[in-house]
Amino acid sequence: MSIADTANNNPYEDDFPTQKAILGMDMPMRLDCGAELSNFSIAYETYGTLNADKSNAILVTHALTGDQFVAGVNPVTGKAGWWSIMVGPGKPIDTDRYFVICTNVLGGCMGTSGPAAVNPETNEPWGVDFPVITIGDMVRAQALLLDEMGIETLFSVVGGSMGGMQALEWAAAYPERVFSCVPIATAATHSAQNIAFYEVGRQAIMADPDWCDGHYLKAGKKPRSGVSVARMAAHITYMSEAALTQKFGRRLQDREKVTFGFEADFQIESYLRHQGNSFVERFDANSYLYVTRAMDYFDLATTHGSGRLADVFKGTEIRFCVVSFSSDWHYLPEESRVIVRGLTGAGANVSYVDVVSDKGHDAFLLEEPAFERVMRGFLEDAARKRGLIDE
Amino acid sequence: MNNAKAIRVDLQIIADMIEPGARVLDVGCSDGQLLEYLVKEKNVRGRGLEISPNGVNACVAKGLSVVQGDAEEDLGYYPDNGFDFVILSQTLQATHHPDQIVKDLLRLGKRAIVSFPNFGHWRVRSYLFFKGRMPVNESMPYQWYNSPNTHFCTIKDFIVMCDEMGVTIERSIALDADGQAHRIRTNLFFANLLGEQAVFLLRKD
Repeated sequence: MSIADTANNNPYEDDFPTQKAILGMDMPMRLDCGAELSNFSIAYETYGTLNADKSNAILVTHALTGDQFVAGVNPVTGKAGWWSIMVGPGKPIDTDRYFVICTNVLGGCMGTSGPAAVNPETNEPWGVDFPVITIGDMVRAQALLLDEMGIETLFSVVGGSMGGMQALEWAAAYPERVFSCVPIATAATHSAQNIAFYEVGRQAIMADPDWCDGHYLKAGKKPRSGVSVARMAAHITYMSEAALTQKFGRRLQDREKVTFGFEADFQIESYLRHQGNSFVERFDANSYLYVTRAMDYFDLATTHGSGRLADVFKGTEIRFCVVSFSSDWHYLPEESRVIVRGLTGAGANVSYVDVVSDKGHDAFLLEEPAFERVMRGFLEDAARKRGLIDE
Repeated sequence: MNNAKAIRVDLQIIADMIEPGARVLDVGCSDGQLLEYLVKEKNVRGRGLEISPNGVNACVAKGLSVVQGDAEEDLGYYPDNGFDFVILSQTLQATHHPDQIVKDLLRLGKRAIVSFPNFGHWRVRSYLFFKGRMPVNESMPYQWYNSPNTHFCTIKDFIVMCDEMGVTIERSIALDADGQAHRIRTNLFFANLLGEQAVFLLRKD
C-alpha cells in the first residue's frame, strides 16, 4: 500500500491534512459500469486505536455531502466533525473502545478520487469523463482500503442516509466481513420521489452555463448558481415541515414588511440562500452529480438477488439495528420498515427503532437522546458478543 | 440461578415453560422484562416485537433484539417455524383478530404461550352484575370508551376458540388474586371463576 500525502490534485483540498491510500495499483478496480479504475486515492481518517486482533474496527459511512472528518476537528472548516455528537471518547461510538474509520466516498471531493481529481492519463481534471460510480463501487473501494490496513472483519458498519445505503451494501456484498450493521434513516432502494428531487438538483447544475458541459475546472469556472439551487432544493427535504415552521414560520428577514420584490423577504429564503452559497465553496458540482446518481442506482434487492430483500439476507449472521425518524420524509420510516421486514423474513437478528422526532431527516445528525441510547445499547451488546467488553 | 432478578409472577410462569437455549419471539414484549430474563437466565435466542417507541427504545438500549412494529401488521413477514416458542403476554385482548393472531403465533413457532386477563373472574362478573357497568380495576384500568382492550375473553372462551381452531392446549394455568397457580384442567369452573389471569401453552396438531 502506499499511504502518502500525494500531490494535491484537487482544487477543493486546499492543503488540508488527511490520510490517503492509493489503491488499484497492482490490479485496477472494476466498476459496476464496466470501467476500470487504477491508481485512485481514498482519503480517510481514523480515530481510536486498533486492538491487537483487529476486531474493534467500526466503519462510519458518510452521507451525500459528508466527508471523512466524522469526529474531532474538521481542518477545513475548523468546526467539530459532522458526527461529533455520536463519535468520540465516551460517545456511543466510543473511540476509547473502538477504532473508527471514515472514508471520503469514491466520487467525492475531499481527497478521494472523483470528477474533480486529475485524470492521471490526461493530467487534467476528470470532469464528466470520470466513470459513473455506484454505492457498490464506493463499498468495494472501502473494502480494498481495509485489505490494505489488514482489517479482515468490521465490528460494525454504521451510517445514515447514503451512509446507510453503504452499510446495507456492506452487509449484502461482504456478509463474512461484517459483525454488525446500523443503517440509519435510509432505504434499500431510491424511491421515485428521491430520484426526482435529485434530478431537479442535477438539472439546476447542468443548466448553469458555467458548468461548461462538465469541464468547468478546465475552463476555470464554477457553476455557482446551479450548485446553490441544487443544495437549496435538497436541503428542504432534510427538514420536516414542523421544524421549518418552528424555526422560520413566515417571519421576515431583517425587515418589517414584505418588499413586493424578489429579495429574500422571508427568513427561510435567506436561510436557504445561505445554505446554497456556502455549499458552493465546499462541494464540487460534478461530485454532486456523481454521488446523487450513485444513490439513484441503489437497489439492493435487485443488485444482490431476485428482487426480494429477504433473499439477499437469507442466513446472514450479522446483527442489525435499523433506525428511522418519525418525521423523516426524505427516507420515510416506511422504507426502513421494508428493510426490517426483509431482514425478519430472512430470519436475521434485527432490532428496529423509529425514533420519535420532529427534526426530519437531519435528526440523525442532531441531538436525539433516545437515538443515542439505542446506538450505545446496541453497540455495547454487540461488543460483549464480540468479546470487546467482558460479559 | 439465585442471582436472577425477580420477575412478575405471570412472567415467571411463562419463563418456566421455556426450554433453555430455545429460539423465542416475544410479541408485545413491552420494556423487555421477560425477554431479558430469558436471554440472561435461560440463554435463549430471544427476539421481540413491540409497538410502543418507549418500550422498543428501552429494549434495544438493554441490548435486546427488538423490532418496533404492530403484531397484526408485521407477524406476516416472519418465516414459518423460525422459533421454538412465540410468546403473547397480556396482549391478546388488545388485538383486532385474536384468532388470527393465535394462528400466526403457531405458524411462526412450534409452540405458543398466550397469557391474558380472565374476564370470567368472579370480581369482574360481580362488578358487571351489581354495578351494571363495565369493570374497571387494577388489571383492567381503562374505561370502556378509552380502553385498548377490544377483545376481552374468559378462560372458557379461550378454550372454546382453541378447540374450534384445532389448537392443542398442552398446559393451562390460572393465577388467582394471591398469585397462586392452579391447573385449569383440574376444575375449569373454579379456574374460570377464581383465575385473574391465565397462561396457555399451545401447539398446533
